[in-house]
Amino acid sequence: MTAHLKLDKPQSDRLGDMAQGVIGRETPRREGPLKVTGRAPYAAEVGDGTEAVGVFARATIAKGKVTKIGLDAVRALPGVCAVITDERLLRNPAQGTANTAPVQGGRDVAYFGQPIALVVAETYEQARHAAHGLEIAYDAAEDAAVTPEDAEPESLESKQIDIGDLDTAMSHAAHSMDATYTTPSQNSAAMEPHASIAVWKGDELTLHGSYQMLKFNRNELADSLGVDPEKVQIKSPYVGGGFGSKLGIAPEAVGAALAAKELGRAVRVVLTRPQVFEATMRRSETRQRVRLAADADGKLTGIGHSAWVSNLVGEAFSEPVAQATHFTYGGANRSYRHLIHRVNRTCAGSMRAPGEAVGMLALENAMDELAHAAGVDPVELRLKNIPDRHPEDDKPYSSRRFADCLTEGARAFGWHKRNPTPGQTRDGEWLIGLGMASAARGNILSESHARVTLHSDGTATVETDMTDIGTGTYTILGQITAEMLGLPLDRVNVALGDTAFPPASGSGGSWGAGSSGSAVFVACQNIRAALAEKLGMEEDQLTLTEGSVIRNNTREPLSAVLDDDLTVEGHIEPGDTSEEVQQAAFGAHFAEVAVSAVTGETRVRRMLGCFAAGRILNEQTARSQCHGGMIFGIGAALTEELVHDPRDGHIVNHNLAEYHVPVNLDIPQLEVMFLEERDAHANPLQSKGIGELGISGAGAAVTNAIFNATGVRVRDYPATLDKVLPGLPDI
Amino acid sequence: MSLHTTLWINGETYALDADPRTTLLDAIRDHFNLTGSKKGCDHGQCGACTMIVNGRRINSCLTLACMHDGDEITTIEGLGQPGAMSALQEAFVRHDGFQCGYCTPGQVCSATAMLEEVSQGWPSHVSEDLEGPAPLSEAEISERMSGNLCRCSAYPGIVNAIRDAAEGGTT
Ligand code: FES
Ligand code: FES
Repeated sequence: MTAHLKLDKPQSDRLGDMAQGVIGRETPRREGPLKVTGRAPYAAEVGDGTEAVGVFARATIAKGKVTKIGLDAVRALPGVCAVITDERLLRNPAQGTANTAPVQGGRDVAYFGQPIALVVAETYEQARHAAHGLEIAYDAAEDAAVTPEDAEPESLESKQIDIGDLDTAMSHAAHSMDATYTTPSQNSAAMEPHASIAVWKGDELTLHGSYQMLKFNRNELADSLGVDPEKVQIKSPYVGGGFGSKLGIAPEAVGAALAAKELGRAVRVVLTRPQVFEATMRRSETRQRVRLAADADGKLTGIGHSAWVSNLVGEAFSEPVAQATHFTYGGANRSYRHLIHRVNRTCAGSMRAPGEAVGMLALENAMDELAHAAGVDPVELRLKNIPDRHPEDDKPYSSRRFADCLTEGARAFGWHKRNPTPGQTRDGEWLIGLGMASAARGNILSESHARVTLHSDGTATVETDMTDIGTGTYTILGQITAEMLGLPLDRVNVALGDTAFPPASGSGGSWGAGSSGSAVFVACQNIRAALAEKLGMEEDQLTLTEGSVIRNNTREPLSAVLDDDLTVEGHIEPGDTSEEVQQAAFGAHFAEVAVSAVTGETRVRRMLGCFAAGRILNEQTARSQCHGGMIFGIGAALTEELVHDPRDGHIVNHNLAEYHVPVNLDIPQLEVMFLEERDAHANPLQSKGIGELGISGAGAAVTNAIFNATGVRVRDYPATLDKVLPGLPDI
Repeated sequence: MSLHTTLWINGETYALDADPRTTLLDAIRDHFNLTGSKKGCDHGQCGACTMIVNGRRINSCLTLACMHDGDEITTIEGLGQPGAMSALQEAFVRHDGFQCGYCTPGQVCSATAMLEEVSQGWPSHVSEDLEGPAPLSEAEISERMSGNLCRCSAYPGIVNAIRDAAEGGTT
């Protein structure tokens, strides 16, 4: 049986009617015991040790052609069984939701670090040694563009927008701001490197991979290999972090599949950490010009956000920098430019909150600068500029407790204690400051399927190819099912991460929980209806709780009324509610920093995020998602920067010692508050995405706090010591 | 070429015949199929591969297996099982001290050995006093765990879990 819901109308809060009380509750991750004991198998670990092992050799020029590969010398090395130089090798991973192969062909070099050949040997040690020794000769091109300045930018017509007249608004403004901000290339740096084991049985391929969006990845892999997607199965039950870097099929999967086919045996390929940095995805560097025009009270009359980003030739993705600027604040006159430099650098793609993560760094810094110039409190300034309707297309908003996030967050943080004059608070060597920023992230529903079976013994099974990349999917899909079917959580078994199951939205764009959860909801709703019919009652009269049906004031175990399994495949699709209203989750960040007056080093002392994102499905895993986003934000503010060599564009700091993600001591205890909210337009769960909300604006709260502490305004992220030190007051 | 090494892992003897270039991490993951220990970098930069060797936590990717003949090694598999977790493992679950779980075996091994270091009075970079007992403050836990990266950024939960387990609590 299948059940389908297209979201053309707002939905009632059916989950809220249920009697179980499992949804929303703080519930530890169900797969937790496997993970903390080392028993959860990740992609590279499912083999039996007999697989051959592949290691990539990569390009060491920025642009040109491979003229010769020293195959013979390497084939003669001990243990080497194959060197794959197939034209089907990927230049770079597929972009998220691409659904087709990315650019292929190992001979045309487009960036330093591009995989050129896969050396396969009996052991890792042999393959690594041979790959290092592989000689590759090139015909290097003279016209490589290794920095954005080397290439005239292309402009994307649909993203050049002018509403009203911003120039005039700027010249008439009582207060105005016109500043340029820059953010560097970044990397998701998920802790599990990209890994695949490929196994062929005849013409059928099983790929054990580490991927976020399996239904797309299956098509991308099949298209890359030139085989029928029906012949390809991908399994990713455990994924060691993604943050966008595992959205699209990547070079190691295709390399492993080609090698396994050629050798007629299983092949394992794991990218080395430097290869993860060089040959997967980076977040583009950005240059952003923000203009704000305001009247004497600080009410915006105009807003401009222009962005310069980069990517390889042939890539459709470009960092959507101004995404949240369109709908966060009012102001009648608006202007946007979006320009893309085609560079010979590692491919740019989605990294946690593409758009907002960097766009809000600039916009929220600019708002702070405006607040300072206009003498208006930064929280007040935001409150004054929350528009009634979407400022560009006049759509109403769905639920939006943005103002409450600002005021309640400010209250809980003790914002009123802030001295608005910078550089006034001192604690020994340390200058202390408070800063804040808004958070906003558009909400998306994405088509999703899930199969739910209520077994005759009163247990249930959920099956979908949805992934859990640390997001809590195993737990929340169990909670939704338990709530709807009135089961204790431990009677619900959730099976994920296998393309043999019904195709889900995948994890990305913060839409995973809402989309895959809604497919489960739709299936459960129909199981309830079938059960009600069987019992001769209306569905809305059916009370299911703790594994029992309650009717006529008597309680009967479900197993007593079920003689057969009930199976329904739920299918959710976006509809008119995606078009008719602006859906987004909102929040506010508050940070206290201490800046060393001697060294310019910044330490975050405390930080609070207040968020409204519709129904919170599991307060514990949701809080962890927000922590994760906020900490990514702290990294962006203070330490994270991929450095490209100006000669050939290669990533100099392609390792975890030199690409500085925050470590434990960099992070204080963070506070996360969720405001009660429901969003009837978002999906039948009335939830909104939360995985990327936490990073939106987080870094700007930190740099705004640095300004309050020191009077130093860093517009060039990250705010490392060298940028803060010259502006510090005398000791 | 292959070298013979005998390792004591989680109380059992394992005989290894392997390429001398094989790291302790790869020996245990690839040759003995104990895959609980993770490889996040292979460069001693992330802590995912942390094991306890002769009582001390080390990055097992930075040492060759053949250097450990006769050594006593504890991996995550030796600390507990899903149905019989150590107090620290239980606390990690309770406090959500992880998300994707990939850094987690390293965090748990590291924390297990770290608590032992504290009980022996070893100071850290943030200790006020280099002698005498080191009180287990939040900063002490964070500093001592800063060799274990977590990109999911479960640091608040990790600190709470360690403190909870150290205090023998179940909060
Ligand atoms: S894998 Fe050993 S420290 Fe990263
Ligand atoms: S839990 Fe994912 S890296 Fe720590």
